[in-house]
Formats: sequence, C-alpha cells, structure tokens
Amino acid sequence: MKLTLRVWRQKNADADGAMSTYEVDGISSDMSFLEMLDTLNEELILKGEDPVAFDHDCREGICGACSLVINGEAHGPERTTTCQLHMRSFKDGDTIDIEPWRASAFPVIKDLVVDRSALDRIIQAGGYITAPTGAAPEAHATPVPKPDADFAFEHAECIGCGACVAACPNGAAMLFTSAKVNHLNVLPQGAPERETRVLDMVAQMDDEGFGGCTLTGECATACPKGIPLVSITSMNKEWLRAARKAAKR
Amino acid sequence: MSAEYVDYATGEPVVDTKAPSGPVHERWDKRRFEAKLVNPANRRKHTVIVVGTGLAGGSAGATLAEQGYHVVQFCYQDSPRRAHSIAAQGGINAAKNYRNDGDSIHRLFYDTVKGGDFRARESNVHRLAQISVEIIDQCVAQGVPFAREYGGLLDTRSFGGVQVSRTFYARGQTGQQLLLGAYQALSRQIAAGNVEMHPRTEMLDLIVIDGRARGIVARDLVTGKIDTYVADAVVLASGGYGNVFYLSTNAMNSNATAIWRAHRRGAYFANPCFTQIHPTCIPRTGDHQSKLTLMSESLRNDGRIWVPKAKGDRRPPNEIPEDERDYYLERVYPSFGNLVPRDIASRAAKNVCDEGRGVGPGGQGVYLDFADAIRRMGRQAVEAKYGNLFDMYQRITDEDPYEVPMRIYPAVHYTMGGLWVDYDLQTTIPGLFAIGEANFSDHGANRLGASALMQGLADGYFVLPSTINDYLARNPHHEAVTAGHPVVQEVLAETEDRLNLLLSVDGDRTPDSFHREVGELMWEFCGMARTDTGLRKALERIPQIREEFWRRIKVPGTGEEFNQSLEKANRVVDYLELAELMCLDALHRTESCGGHFREESQTADGEAARKDDEFAYAAAWEFTGTGTAPTLHKEDLVFEYVHPTQRSYA
Amino acid sequence: MARTVWDSSVGKKTVMAVSGLIMLLYLVAHMIGNLKIYFGAEEFNRYAHWLRTVGEPFMHYEWTLWLIRVVLVVAVVAHAVSAYQLSRRDIKARPDKYVHKKPRASYATRTMRWGGVILGLFIVWHILDLTTGTVHPGGFQEGRPYQNVLDTFSTWYGNVIYIVAMLALGLHIRHGFWSAAQTLGAGSRTRDRALKTVANILALLLTAGFIAVPVGVMTGVVS
Repeated sequence: MKLTLRVWRQKNADADGAMSTYEVDGISSDMSFLEMLDTLNEELILKGEDPVAFDHDCREGICGACSLVINGEAHGPERTTTCQLHMRSFKDGDTIDIEPWRASAFPVIKDLVVDRSALDRIIQAGGYITAPTGAAPEAHATPVPKPDADFAFEHAECIGCGACVAACPNGAAMLFTSAKVNHLNVLPQGAPERETRVLDMVAQMDDEGFGGCTLTGECATACPKGIPLVSITSMNKEWLRAARKAAKR
Repeated sequence: MSAEYVDYATGEPVVDTKAPSGPVHERWDKRRFEAKLVNPANRRKHTVIVVGTGLAGGSAGATLAEQGYHVVQFCYQDSPRRAHSIAAQGGINAAKNYRNDGDSIHRLFYDTVKGGDFRARESNVHRLAQISVEIIDQCVAQGVPFAREYGGLLDTRSFGGVQVSRTFYARGQTGQQLLLGAYQALSRQIAAGNVEMHPRTEMLDLIVIDGRARGIVARDLVTGKIDTYVADAVVLASGGYGNVFYLSTNAMNSNATAIWRAHRRGAYFANPCFTQIHPTCIPRTGDHQSKLTLMSESLRNDGRIWVPKAKGDRRPPNEIPEDERDYYLERVYPSFGNLVPRDIASRAAKNVCDEGRGVGPGGQGVYLDFADAIRRMGRQAVEAKYGNLFDMYQRITDEDPYEVPMRIYPAVHYTMGGLWVDYDLQTTIPGLFAIGEANFSDHGANRLGASALMQGLADGYFVLPSTINDYLARNPHHEAVTAGHPVVQEVLAETEDRLNLLLSVDGDRTPDSFHREVGELMWEFCGMARTDTGLRKALERIPQIREEFWRRIKVPGTGEEFNQSLEKANRVVDYLELAELMCLDALHRTESCGGHFREESQTADGEAARKDDEFAYAAAWEFTGTGTAPTLHKEDLVFEYVHPTQRSYA
Repeated sequence: MARTVWDSSVGKKTVMAVSGLIMLLYLVAHMIGNLKIYFGAEEFNRYAHWLRTVGEPFMHYEWTLWLIRVVLVVAVVAHAVSAYQLSRRDIKARPDKYVHKKPRASYATRTMRWGGVILGLFIVWHILDLTTGTVHPGGFQEGRPYQNVLDTFSTWYGNVIYIVAMLALGLHIRHGFWSAAQTLGAGSRTRDRALKTVANILALLLTAGFIAVPVGVMTGVVS
C-alpha cells in the first residue's frame, strides 16, 4: 500500500505545531498502525530527519500508552487501541491524518506525545482503597456477590489511555473518573472511603482543568475497553449521595 | 570470536550468607526475627530508590512508604500504571487450598522447585509458597476484582498442567488488575508525599560509593536532562531482559539497562541463559513485525496442534485430509499430548518447522485447531471459554479461528535469569536489591505458569520490605552523599559521555536495525535449542556487531530533548553486551535444563537431560570489562526436601 | 452542601438538571393551559383569571402566580448561569480543535448551547409580548389574553419566532430530559431505552401542543 500521512509535528511543549505531510510506500495490510509509523521513522532517521515521536509500549492493547487521533477519531476507526489497529482498515492511496490527544489538561510534549499525568493525580486523590500491606483480612472473610464483582471488573478494565478525554468535545475525564469510582465503590472493601473517594476524585478532575459532561457519548464510543456511558450516571449518583452524606456530617 | 571471552575464569563460590538453616518452613520466620529493625521514627530519614513500577516495584514502593521510608521512584513510562506486568493474562498462584483439592504450601513449593528443573533455591521457593497466601488477602483488600463464584467466594482454576486449582484470576487480565492494585496503593503514598515519583525518567547508571549502592543516574526523557539521585539503598525492579531477542512478548520499551549497568558496577548476573519460550504466540507476519503477542496457553486444553505430514505442503488447512496431518505432540507424547510443558511444546514446534513442515508465511508456524473442540462442545461453548482470545487472534491476523485453524509459534516470554541475589534479595553490591523478574531467584531454569505475578508481589509487598530493614539498620551511613561527591560526578560524566558519543557517530544505520540484527542472531543460536557450534558462532559475531554499532549508529536530534531514538540506541548498547554473556552462559552449561536446551544433552527420546553432578549450581557472573571474559562464581544448590528427578512426559 | 454542589462541575450539572425539570413541569402545565384557546375566548380568559386567584382565600390575589414566577425566575437564572459557567469550562478544556473533523453526536446534543440561548431570548420576547405587553403588536389588553394571543399570531414574525423557538424547545427537551436523568443518577442500562422514549414523547408532545396555538390561529380554527 502507498499512503499519504499528515502528521502533527511539534518540536516541544512551547513550540508551535503544524501538520506535515509524508508519503509511505510498501505498507503491508498485516502491519499494525504503529508498525507503519515505525517504517516511516526508520526512513526519517536515515534521511537525517527527526522521527515522529509517539507513546507506545506493550503493543497488545493493555498498557494504555498509545494515544493517536487518527482521521479525527481517538485510536482510529476500529474500537480498539491504536496498537491493535491494523493497516487492513485502510486502502491503498488513502490520506491519513494523525494528531495528538487534544485537551488543555493534556499538554503536548512533542509531536504526538502528550502529558497525561492529570489522570494519575485523579487516582492519587482517592482512586484507591486504603489497605496497607499486612493489614489485610483473610480473602474469604468478605464474600462479594458475583454481580457486584462483575460490575467492579467491568469498570476496572479501564487502561487509562485517555481516549475518552481526547474524544470528548469538552475534554472531560468523566468516563475515566467514573470507571475507577464505580470499580471501588461497589466493593465492600471500598465502602469506608466511598464518599470521600468520589468527592475528592471529582474535585481533582475539576482542578486539573478537564471539562464537564454533556453526555454526548463520544467517550464511550471511543473507549477501547467498552466502559459504558452509564458509568458516568452511576458516578453522578454516587456523587450526589456523597454530597448529601457529607452535608449531614 | 575473541578467544579471551570464552576463556572465563572460575572464581570463589558465591554463598548466600543470609539464608537461614533449619526446617524449610521455619526459615522465613527465623530470618524475619533475626533481621534488625529500623526505629519507625528514623525511617523517614532513610531514602530508598526504587527503579520500576511493575508488580514488584509498585508494591515495594507503596509498602516501603507505608512503613515510613522516604521513597524516590522511577519509571520510563508516562505513568506508573503501565509497566509490562499489566500484560500478564493467566493468573496468580496461591496455596490457599480453597478447593480442598489437596493443595498446600508444601505442594506449591514442590511444584515450583520441580517445574524449575531443580535449579532454584529451596529456601526462596518455600518462602514464595508461604507468602502466596498473604498476597491474595492483600490484593482482595485493595479491591482487585478477582473472578468470583455465585456464592461470592473467589474462583480458581487449574493452570499450566498443574493438578490442583490454585490459580486466582481476573478474566484474562489478571496482571492488569494486580498491577492497578499496586499502582493505586502507590498513588496513595504519592499523594501523601511519601513517594517522590519520577515518571518518564530512565535509570542509566548506578552510583556505588565505598562498595555500597548509593544512588543512580537517570535521564528525564522529556527534557533530556541527566540527573543524579542519592539514597541509602537502591532497589531495582526493572523487569527482565527478553527484549535482547528483539522480537518477544515484552513491551517495546522494556529493557535491560538498569540491571546491566548494575552488573557492570559489580552486581553478579546469574543464569543469564535461562529464558522461557512460550509456545502459543501469534506468528510473525513479516519483517515489519515489532513485537509478538502471546495467547493464553489454556488454548492447548482444547486445541489440537498439527502440521502437514509432507514438507512444503502449501495447501490451505481445510484441504489437507486427516491422514495427511501430523498431530505431532499427540504422536510423540501420547500421555500428555497437547498439554506437554511449555519448553517441550516450543521445541517440538521448532523441530517440525525446521523440517520444512511449518505453515503460514515464512513457514514459521503450526496449526492449533479447534475444529474437533467445536464439533464436540459446540461453537457456543468454545466461544464462552475462549471468545476473547479468538477475538484477539482475529484482530491481529484477520483470520477467523472458528473457521480456519489458528497458527501459533513460540516466542520469548520471560527470563528466569537476572541479578544474583541472596535470601534478602540483596545483590552482591551491598545496598543494591533486585526484585521481581530483575532477579534470578525463584524460578530456576523454568517458570511455572501464573508464578511470575506471585513472585513479583511476594518480593515487593512482603520480602523486600522486611529484609531491607536489616541492611539499613546494620549499615548506617555515616557520611551523607551529595550530588557534588566526586564519585557521583564521575558516574554522571560517564553517562553523559556515552550519550554524547551515540549522538556524535552520525553513521548510516538505525538503532532498530542493530537491535534486530542481534535479536535474530540470539533467536537462532541462543533460542529454543542451543549447540556448542551455534553459540560459538554467536559469540564470534556479537563483538563484530558491537564494533559496527559504534561505527555506524545514527541517532538524530540532541540529548537535550525528548528523543526516542537516543533512548533506543542506549538500550541497544547494553543488549549488545548482555547478549554475549547469555551466549557464554549457555555455552558453559553443557547440560539441558528447563528453558535451556543443549542439543548435545538429551535423552534417547529427545528430552532435556540434566547433569546434576556437574551443574547443580547457579552461575553468577562477575563483570570484568566489555568483551573480556567474565568470572564465574558458582552457588551450589542443595536439595534437602525435593529430590531431583528427570522429567518424563512420554 | 450548597458550596460543594456549586463548586463542582458535577454539582453544577445537578443544578441544571433540577432547574430544567422544574421548568419542564411548568411547561407541561403551561401547554395544557394554552390548549384551552381552542375552547373559545371565555374559557381561555376565565382560565387566565383563575391563575391569579389560585389558593384564595389562603393566598391573596396573584400571590400564587408570583410565587410560581419567582420559582421560575430562580430556575431560569440558575439554569442559565450554570450553563454559561459550565460551557466556559468546557471550551477552555478543549481549546485546540482537531484538524480532521468528523461528524459528532446527535443534533439535539450539539444544539444544546445555541438552543438554550435561543430559548432564553424567546422567553424575554414572550414576556414582553404577552405578559407585560411592551412589544405587543396592536393594543395589549390586560385581562384579555385570548385577544392578545390572536394579535401576536396574526403577525408573520410572531409565528416565525414562536414556531422556531418551540422546535428548539423540542430538541432541548429531547436531550435535556434524558441528560438530567443521567445527571441525577436515575439512568441505568435497563432503563435507558425507556428514558429516551419518555424524552422523545415529552419533546414531541410539548412542541406539538405549543405549536398548535399559532397553527390554530393561522388556519382560522381559533379566531
């Protein structure tokens, strides 16, 4: 396949960026999207040009590092991570636009690499269960009903890639935050911090400069792990409950 | 081949002075009691550096911080949530015996020593089995969503041919869920100010002062700034070195630099040739392949492995009649069939491919066929059991495994070798500890399925936080080290010089091209089957590649910016040295054991033949200089509880 | 609690949801009242007078009406201020647009902001037209709403403004009702279809019910 790539190039956080055009040839449909970019980069290095910087690591769809907006869609046309997208989703002669995640909470570091540490800080604000090592009771001391365990798991699947933020027209991190809130709040182990967790995480989310939710549903459509939009509804419910309880204390 | 390199000297044996004696099940308690403690009020005065945020590093950082230490932690990823532990699918073993199926700590201990083909330390393995039970409690308390049954209790399954159901799992994402548990515990400590986290920062060297580890040199991958960090102790949790092979199931950026630089500074490297090759990976499709993807070996429970009987049979699989198919595992190993251990299944696949009977592009693959299973169980049952794996396969290969047999091929998956550590997980450099896959300790020559997660968490949550106290209490640092210390400055300067050299060569080959070249060489000669001739060939070639590397490497850009080519090139520098040591270790160990198969040492029916009289030791290598022969230190392995037997699966 | 709610983006959305639902309730009543126009001037005018006497003798003349007006003003202001502040935050959170555009979200979702502005302007015009009579075409007669309505819908612009605003209202309710349910945590996977159906029915009924008035005047059914 022969393709035309239009790639966002930006030297560093302070520099202005722009789309640059590259031609790549000899692309096999079995290649992953990132292998196609590897091919481009090998050519660029040999030409003495700066290769395109992009985040990637496990390349099996679980670490959450890869983060490209391809033709306007976070992770591209298939519902998966960029690393699991293959070139067979494109045709010979296609022009492909590749851009970084866009959100003011995700400043561009270089080219297609952005700083997603805001998501880490949301977790630090309360996305955990306080269980210091050694303090744990016997695992079977508290049975967890299977539906609750499954609900927790479904939300725990979030890989923290930030596609939800990238896809949201408001740059909101609601789906990310709600995934963790729901995972931990439904479990009996998470109950003691149920209220503070959701209040603190939402407050941190606001402080990081993420937008609010207008329920456009773009986040859930882009999510490679299929976290549903209703996850946000569940978090809203948790938040209201917590706000009421906090007021009583 | 540089004749000098293979003429290694054998030095003093290395002795694990920390291992307690007495009954094996009392040793861990005994060690913990004998260990000196650091007064809680004094802990915050101690700084501990932790490199890596996988299962081992994440859990260690969180736990040390909970204990009151000041932790400074590093990872090259943009977040401590991404380390490659996250990709582990299968599960985590623990001797809970919830099934009442005869499991026990002793049985897990026994299975692990035997599975490791009698090349692991009994004391360590027994401790691992003991701690496995606490790990599950700890993870459940953290909210790890393990699979549960309708009664609300934890579900377990049998894994990797073991006869008891002791593997706890969270669908096919156990590693992810355990890692997120550790990451969340770590996040709590970061928020509390007890852990100073440096993401996108890569360790490039170790600072050793007066024979003790006192800090590291690390590069901020965003700004390119190289800085020094000093501490009272350094913990390496940087993972394994499978990426030496270029193609492996490791993450693209997993690398050996932290452990290799520590080795260069005096830490012994043990059993570097022990690598595990996983039989059920998706074959490569061409030269563009950048990594390999593993599929859970549970597929072998119902899939049948075959190749055509005739060489070069290019017909599509459904046009090959039943009597022209060779179900070679069922033929050669009638009692275990498709469920033979990983190393045997891998080697058998290689053999049929070497005979020219491999399938798929390049002939590097064998069929894993579910047609019988679908006929027997129905498509729905197969879907329920393996649906997500089939989907993953289809996404990568664009073939429907319900219609066409899967193609699989072995790939490098895990490295049992690593930095030599004593019972306290301390390397031969005092104050330098290695945990998780970075050390060599618990798996011997072969790791059992679902044991990597167990070991990483055992080391990080429980072992290291107990043993590091002893070091810090017994060896107070009387002298504060600052960034201005001459040794610190010297290591910093060396690191800067190395990166500047990489940038200044301005040759005509990319870092990737060298990585690929050394990786292919290793796969051919130090992969699934190794021979004296092959290893010598590799040992001759590696120094040539290294020489060419420093002549022809091209790294664009500068060191003072985000520069992924520079990161890569610097990692390749270390692969080019580590590869040599791996080949030497493989050459010197003329026996076959576990993941290390020497063609010269096999039984009449092609099984790995151990030589316990000669090789019942861990080989710990001491660095003497790039390209010069390392010194071998042997740690004799004594088996008091599990007596070595030859495996037989025929 | 008020502080917690107002300071949080999730809390402010709650304010929007609650104020929106209050207005929605009012609109249902308003629409039912409006349809009385089909039963002639007398009934319609009597209904308008009754609105001022509701609650008597406990309430004084027009007290209930003013109470409702105060609640509505508070709801409108809260809704608008929250919307404005949240929109500012949203726009700031996503300053750079993608070069490659793709169609996003449903029409109702995308038009919430502009639809809201249109509705806000409409309310001002509507009050000036039919409550205070400030911009009323022809002579505004206090206590004779039937005639006033007829006057307004006898002008082309009165019809255009009203019908456009009611279509905007329909779209606004369609996304807004469902959205409010999500914000208040009332949505769930099993209930989603039902909520969407209710939202569509409400939107359709209200739009049709309100537009029935100018249509009636235009077609001469109401005269």
